[in-house]
Amino acid sequence: MRLSREIVDHVAMLARLALSEDERERMREQLSSILEHVSRIQELDTEAIPPTAQVIALQNVWRQDEIRPSLPVEAVLANAPESEDGFFRVHAVLEES
Amino acid sequence: MVSELTRLSVREARRLLDRREISAVELLDAHLAQIDRVEPQIHAFITLTPEIARRQAEAADARIARGEGTLLTGIPIALKDNLCTVDAPTTAGSRILEGFRSPYDATVVARLRAQDAVFVGKANTDEFAMGSSTENSAYGPTRNPWALDRVPGGSSGGSAAAVAVGEAMLALGSDTGGSIRQPAGFCGIVGFKPTYGRVSRYGLIAFASSLDQIGPLGRRVEDVALLLQVIAGHDPADSTSVDLPVPDYSAALTGDIRGLRIGIPAAYRVPGMDPAVEEVIEEALPTLQALGAELVPISLPHLEYALATYYIIAPSEASANLARYDGVKYGLSLPGATLLERYLRTRGEGFGPEVKRRIMLGTYALSAGYYDAYYVKAQKVRTLIKRDFDEAFARVDVIAAPTSPTVAFRLGERTADPLQMYLSDVFTIPANMAGLPAIAVPCGFAHGLPVSLQFMGRPFDEPTLLRVAHAYEQATPWHTMWPTLAAQV
Repeated sequence: MRLSREIVDHVAMLARLALSEDERERMREQLSSILEHVSRIQELDTEAIPPTAQVIALQNVWRQDEIRPSLPVEAVLANAPESEDGFFRVHAVLEES
Repeated sequence: MVSELTRLSVREARRLLDRREISAVELLDAHLAQIDRVEPQIHAFITLTPEIARRQAEAADARIARGEGTLLTGIPIALKDNLCTVDAPTTAGSRILEGFRSPYDATVVARLRAQDAVFVGKANTDEFAMGSSTENSAYGPTRNPWALDRVPGGSSGGSAAAVAVGEAMLALGSDTGGSIRQPAGFCGIVGFKPTYGRVSRYGLIAFASSLDQIGPLGRRVEDVALLLQVIAGHDPADSTSVDLPVPDYSAALTGDIRGLRIGIPAAYRVPGMDPAVEEVIEEALPTLQALGAELVPISLPHLEYALATYYIIAPSEASANLARYDGVKYGLSLPGATLLERYLRTRGEGFGPEVKRRIMLGTYALSAGYYDAYYVKAQKVRTLIKRDFDEAFARVDVIAAPTSPTVAFRLGERTADPLQMYLSDVFTIPANMAGLPAIAVPCGFAHGLPVSLQFMGRPFDEPTLLRVAHAYEQATPWHTMWPTLAAQV
């Protein structure tokens, strides 16, 4: 099985990764060989087997919804590439019409 | 001249510190001198923090003078650089987090601070802990203290090398598919992945959340038991941490394993298994029998699917976890005409090749049309692997296996072929898939390089694993051997 260029481009866009021409070709080759290896699980019959998402028997964890101190805004924004008036600054998503 | 102080066990150091025969500052200075001497060759650290360490050592001395020293007060420790620290950068080995300062400490870091432990630096790691050699670190690879042309293993390669060469007495690592045990094995030290849920992961930079676990690395089983003692326990900030009492791990080191039933899986002769490593492992087993344990052949029929299952589940979870690196809240942010263009550039240039490969793999496995065939299928196979272990542990107390199929490989040897790199984790991945505790201990040498024996146990049965690893260690000479760079000259 060899992944098509279209699939690689589609997945790169879903993952929000800009890939160079070289990277796309290498990715195509390497992902194909990894997928070939992992596809061996298809040979197992798992019709009646439930999936395991995590292995420890944990129930939902509840707590009281009480107000507690949180991190100071300045500490949280200290790493932000751009911030303004106590908010993260984000590039416009919607165009003005 | 290597100071004798860099070769102490934690227990010996504790005794000397508490009797005031040495100070924490002297102990730190000995380690900083060793760092000065070997770090240019080893490169175990992304960031060294000698000023922070000195303040901590002074605080430790003051505390010991008051007679209030605790288990790890004044002990020099390396922290893997995917553990958040408020007073030093946290990069996870990635360019996308260059310069990042966490606004909070990981819970394990806070617990060590509360003891006045001493942090010598942030240890090198494969980018986002994805790798088996530290060659995927954006800050350059670490080298194996036993042979400088070899990798230390990974992803906690910096942690393992630092401890093996005497730059730190202990280290914290993280283990998603073997990232504590494999480098511990390659560097000839002890590495312990606790049960999923035993140690809080709050402040650990997430890779694959159903598999990640923080754990200790040290030169002795007793040292590792002490570090586990301090980090284990429930934490309300990590809802996957389990609220079970924490036993006294040092009390488990009785040396007595008479009557213990040790399962030996039939299927550990995998393709790529080095016959010299296999021979060393075979020679280790009679020692366990001589100590009074019973070896029981077991079968784990789905083990051969563990690697394939892992390389669907781990990248899938990683692709979701790493979606947060968007150049908006923290980390690298590259300009672009639109928001989409910013995302594409920031992530395309901020992540290294292996991380991009795994994000692509995970995104593919989770995408419409492939989700059932890959992700759900892998989760079902995970159930089968877990059941194999459940059945085995009805018959045996622990399972013994090699830690890795080979000794440390050469730098560059496996970078061109990701699948070859992945195969080095074939024996360590199953414990993560089933959430089991597993410990790696040195068991000899092949080609002049350390070989490691792994024990896997029942969930939350860390005491039995520590007991068997310690009994084996004390019956063998491997823990008394040092790489040349750490030896007395």
